[in-house]
Amino acid sequence: MGTMTIDGKRVTFTDEKNVLSVIRNAGIDLPTLCYHSELSTFGACRLCNVEDDRGKTFASCSEEPRDGMVIYTNTLRLMKYRRTIVELLLAAHCTDCSTCDKCGDCSLQRLARRLGLRKVRFENTKERQPLDYSSPSIVRDPNKCILCGDCVRMCAEVQGIGAIDFAFRGTEAVVTPSFMRKLSQTDCVNCGQCRVVCPTAAITIRDNTEEVWEAIADKNTRVVAQVAPAVRVAIGDAFGLPKGANAMDATVAILHRLGFDEVYDTAFSADLTVMEESKEFLERLESGENLPLLTSCCPAWVKLVSERYPEFKDNISTCRSPQGMFSAVLKEYYRDEANAQGKKTVVVSVMPCTAKKMEAKRPNSFTKGEQDTDVVITTTELSKMIKESGLAFDKIEPESADMPFGIASGAGVIFGVTGGVTEAVIRRLMPDHKKDTLKMVSELGARGEDEIKEFSVDYKGRTLNICVASGLATAQKVMDKVKSGEAHYDLIEIMACYRGCVMGGGQPVNAGPRTKQARQEGLYNADNTTIIKKSDENPMIQDVYDGILKGKEHELLHNECFV
Amino acid sequence: MLDQSYYDKVDEIIEQYGRKESSLIPIMQDIQGEYRYLPGELLQYVAKEIGIREAKAFSVATFYENFSFEPKGKYVIKVCDGTACHVRKSTPVLEALYKELGLSKKKHTTEDMTFTVETVSCLGACGLAPTMMVNDEVHPAMTPEKAIALVKELRGDIV
Repeated sequence: MGTMTIDGKRVTFTDEKNVLSVIRNAGIDLPTLCYHSELSTFGACRLCNVEDDRGKTFASCSEEPRDGMVIYTNTLRLMKYRRTIVELLLAAHCTDCSTCDKCGDCSLQRLARRLGLRKVRFENTKERQPLDYSSPSIVRDPNKCILCGDCVRMCAEVQGIGAIDFAFRGTEAVVTPSFMRKLSQTDCVNCGQCRVVCPTAAITIRDNTEEVWEAIADKNTRVVAQVAPAVRVAIGDAFGLPKGANAMDATVAILHRLGFDEVYDTAFSADLTVMEESKEFLERLESGENLPLLTSCCPAWVKLVSERYPEFKDNISTCRSPQGMFSAVLKEYYRDEANAQGKKTVVVSVMPCTAKKMEAKRPNSFTKGEQDTDVVITTTELSKMIKESGLAFDKIEPESADMPFGIASGAGVIFGVTGGVTEAVIRRLMPDHKKDTLKMVSELGARGEDEIKEFSVDYKGRTLNICVASGLATAQKVMDKVKSGEAHYDLIEIMACYRGCVMGGGQPVNAGPRTKQARQEGLYNADNTTIIKKSDENPMIQDVYDGILKGKEHELLHNECFV
Repeated sequence: MLDQSYYDKVDEIIEQYGRKESSLIPIMQDIQGEYRYLPGELLQYVAKEIGIREAKAFSVATFYENFSFEPKGKYVIKVCDGTACHVRKSTPVLEALYKELGLSKKKHTTEDMTFTVETVSCLGACGLAPTMMVNDEVHPAMTPEKAIALVKELRGDIV
């Protein structure tokens, strides 16, 4: 608590962790390229430099606020510094802006424009490096790296993976996997969080939109889309919708207009997941085997467990993810010639997630030798497709999902936020859907911002201990405790991305704290306004169990193993 | 592939410093002291054993000029190219060594693994400029002729 003078104006501060936050809270948008409030402070970019009353300059991100400080943020000297910093960054940068994947979303580009940089006086003497296309999820372009280290810290601190780091030094410094390997040769889990914080196009999403356009253009192909819950509260970002607004109906309409023959909501197969996973949970509770049950919806988490905690491999739920279940069911449906009507079916899933691209290619994502999900595109890629088409998102007339798989419960929708799977499973286990029951379930502890959420619930006289966490560094803390015997749970839900899929690696970038919250609220609101709250009460679910799934539940909805 | 004896040796070194993050540099130094270079496989092994990410270990190893993933020669010649040595003509010394040994800026070690020639930024012996080190021994006031004579002597040629 104290006051400081910023550009001649007195400002009070409370518990801000650095001078930068005080400045920003005071309404001055001091630029940064290496500062993220959820990562450790790095102090590398020097763009947040400010000057004090004695003419000393310092990086405001790395300075604690002190009472009585007098600082200036826009002196001529600072303005020259900032311009020079950006100019030097651009001098060592591949500036093919107009054909760059990040054009329009690039922090460096935006900054150069904002600071009025018109000319770079220095020649780029850096040797051109090859791009790394080895990952199915992300592409690394070292020529566009500005060495801010955001990806390095995200990967190590929030995800606890550490697949990439700085190497060499000075003018030779690069960000790379160890021994200059390719990403696919590391233990990268494909979460894409590095790409979320990358200010430039040094790390981008692997683009699969061309395959979708080609499928749409083929008259003999039926193109079917499934749209994940978290997409609906982020797709509007690029089209001026309020943050977190539920744009599912508009998205369905847009996809139809883009040429998709059928559009479904992945929340439907999330309902299937709830049915299968709660059944599996009860069986394991009965037999006492392979507890705690680990959720299997998140492919990055599943990869982490298989590689770092192989002794818990049998604890992973055998359920396919909602993406996997839906695609398997769709493909099975169109294996029947009466439904197929001579057309080939291509399933495109629209996901908030880069790891889903990897999941779709996993050997256990095939049924009868056929890849279930043909193409996975992220929310960001769909935004690009919509922009390319010229369709006005805000003028489209909303539409509902198609039949026969068009109904989803609210429980399926909240899969997109951390704790949602657990809440949906507990709802399923409850005997009724009374308001009080649902309220009790929502207040058990699955919701909220805590890093690790632990709570218990009574089920037929037995206490079930549950843990919900998101972010893979946190997940590893949980698993280490389980491994050492310090913690005992019956069910552990992990989503690799902190806050859940709403903040997935494929979502639109530059989301601030308010956007993050709005996306979570957006999904809870969608649940609130859905009449069917429990997966077992979704009428379509019973239909598919009695119909297409009869005798094939295991084949279509489960994995043999996660090797 | 390195044989088991390397890993046994590294186990010994790791035990000495303890399985913690801060042991990384002393362990790497001892490995390099033992083998005259830091084999990549051993760095991976150390990272796993002391519980740090491989990319981080690689980051530290490449940050310091001193660590080398390439096997070095029996005699490591470090020619100082700090300001004092540079102005007192260290470059001709370096060039004479390159020529005598058939080395270059890109090729540091002779085929027979006898000599490695590299430059360092300052040996802290500016009063003796131009300075050069052969393994742990300092050679002051070098000239191209003296450098070549020294190489011949080390090679066992009759001087």
